[in-house]
Amino acid sequence: MTEPVRRASEIGGPAALAELLDAHAYLAGEGLATACFLALKMGRPLFLEGEAGVGKTELAKTLAAVLGAPLIRLQCYEGLDAAQALYDWDFARQLLHLKAAEATGATGAAEAARLEGELYDRRFLIARPLLRALETRPAVLLVDEIDRADDEFEAFLLEVLSDFSISIPELGTVRAAEPPVVVVTSNRTRDVHDALKRRCLYHWLEHPPFEREVAILLRRLPACTEALAAQVAAAAGRLRAAGLVKPPGVAETLDWTGALLTLGARDLDPGLAAATLGALLKYREDQQTVLTNGLLRHA
Amino acid sequence: MPDPARPPSGARPAPGGGPFGTVVTSPARTGDAAALAATVTGFARTLRAAGVPADHERTQAMLDAAAHLGAADRAAVYWAGRLTMCAGPDDLPRYDRCFAAYFGGERPGPGRPAPVVTVVRHTMALDGDGPSGDASREALAATAAWAEVLRHRDVARMTPAELAEVHRMIGLLRARREPRRSRRFASSPRGRLDPRRTMRETLRRGGEIARLRRRSRRVRPRRVVLLVDVSGSMAPYADTLLRFAHALVRCEPRATEVFSVGTRLTRITPALRHRDPGAAMREVSAAVPDWRGGTRLGEELKRFLDAGSTARGAIVVIASDGWERGDPSLLGRQMARLSRLAYRVVWANPHKGHEGYQPLTGGMRAALPYVGAFVAGHSLAAFEELAERLSHA
Repeated sequence: MTEPVRRASEIGGPAALAELLDAHAYLAGEGLATACFLALKMGRPLFLEGEAGVGKTELAKTLAAVLGAPLIRLQCYEGLDAAQALYDWDFARQLLHLKAAEATGATGAAEAARLEGELYDRRFLIARPLLRALETRPAVLLVDEIDRADDEFEAFLLEVLSDFSISIPELGTVRAAEPPVVVVTSNRTRDVHDALKRRCLYHWLEHPPFEREVAILLRRLPACTEALAAQVAAAAGRLRAAGLVKPPGVAETLDWTGALLTLGARDLDPGLAAATLGALLKYREDQQTVLTNGLLRHA
Repeated sequence: MPDPARPPSGARPAPGGGPFGTVVTSPARTGDAAALAATVTGFARTLRAAGVPADHERTQAMLDAAAHLGAADRAAVYWAGRLTMCAGPDDLPRYDRCFAAYFGGERPGPGRPAPVVTVVRHTMALDGDGPSGDASREALAATAAWAEVLRHRDVARMTPAELAEVHRMIGLLRARREPRRSRRFASSPRGRLDPRRTMRETLRRGGEIARLRRRSRRVRPRRVVLLVDVSGSMAPYADTLLRFAHALVRCEPRATEVFSVGTRLTRITPALRHRDPGAAMREVSAAVPDWRGGTRLGEELKRFLDAGSTARGAIVVIASDGWERGDPSLLGRQMARLSRLAYRVVWANPHKGHEGYQPLTGGMRAALPYVGAFVAGHSLAAFEELAERLSHA
């Protein structure tokens, strides 16, 4: 493992970044490497779309490792609002503080004003992911599955991502000394507003081509033989072309290969393959299609 | 955001001025920022003509990106543009075509070619070619009666004037949606305790809990997804169906999705967001590539379901006659998937309104077991009923 690169400005170009990602066992194609490089250089969020399991979330994790920065993750869901994404006041502690002050007998207008000031002190503020990302330096912020949040939230996120600052009425404006590297992912269950996409670099992540998938399997699973990796990648390619309900992503091929290796397979043995199919395909219809059409047998 | 890499503003071509005289087809041969800016601006124009959202802001971003990548080779320019100009997977093939065309030496035309669509604008279309030709002046009552007659007539057998009137009435349709409880909370006099608000107020009063604040879940309209069959057999109805879709989108812009289905699935919601129905129809006709072709409902439905779960929790309306050219069993399987995913599946078939209609086509037979409601879709009355159904689904 190489020494983490602290500053984005030290990275020379897309190829150099691809090498760094590679050193952390993430094999990025030319497009993705260019996208990451530009995101770092231009200070723009990277908007990643693509089918489930192509490595969107994994990329954010690897970028964090490359930059030696903590990964701050905001998982989106319906109903996510500012209090859960930005900051919240710790009301219970504020109340306690108030009662304590009362008990020690604070009186007078000046005292009251001081007390009020104390109540909105930084120590009563609970930082949620977005505020944390602005305050941490450097940081990689992963806004995962933005399509699950409501569109109200998008507008709000747009505001945060356009000037990397948050204003807290009682405390003032928090501005990022160094904007975090932002990765936004979407599974396209709904259309994300164009205004947000315009702020970002857009990249559509595809399933990797055969050679890269073989390389990924070998990188991630050292126990895997080259023959097995090639067979698995070929099978995965066939399955992706077979019109399944849920074609397997790289995440699933990795799981599946892991399962095969655990059972001691050195070859894509049809019996073992069928037994471990649950790691690869998560729909009963798909499993049946694959078994009846003999898609696992290598040509 | 100022950027040292951005070319000086004077280097950009004047808006409207034709930069094509100075176009360099390969920026590799020049480091000149002005030439690159001119090339990129021209390229953006080509992209816009092809429907890629390459606006001014994105053009600037592409220039920035190209500057960061050095704009040294074709690949760098390709990625600089692709990462900044595109906004969705649909844009990618268009982008690739434009890139090949533009940097392959082809030059763009002077602007976006207008789609060739003739739209006849009717005012109140109650003139000579209506059924009550001579009664045009004296009888408003007769007009009302005529509207009532029109309401139940099949749109496929109408004169253009009658159709225009029906379209006008469809434009006035208001389909409220059945509300659905959202995961978001809003303050409310009843409901669960809202600790945040209660505490805040308590703090304001110096620690006295004077009043408990409450909150309850907000409601939002349930999403409706409409799939409109635009194949040849549906030709007499497609226009009216799209007008109906337009009314739905206008009514609930954020909770309606519309796709056209034929031999290719096309998302036409953005086109239908246009306020004016005529303009919306023009946009749709420009967007849909497979008017009056065949139908591959099963395959299209599969693509729709594979693309993501727009259908999850939504009311899905399929407007089609069920004439399936493909394999009916594929359609059946996809309908089964859809019925598991959607809140409710409604099938509107124009022929259902005809007397003695039996759903005998293979496609229709395969789909019916998974359909929650099988309704007519041939007349204004049928559309009104359908709209009503969406509000109480």
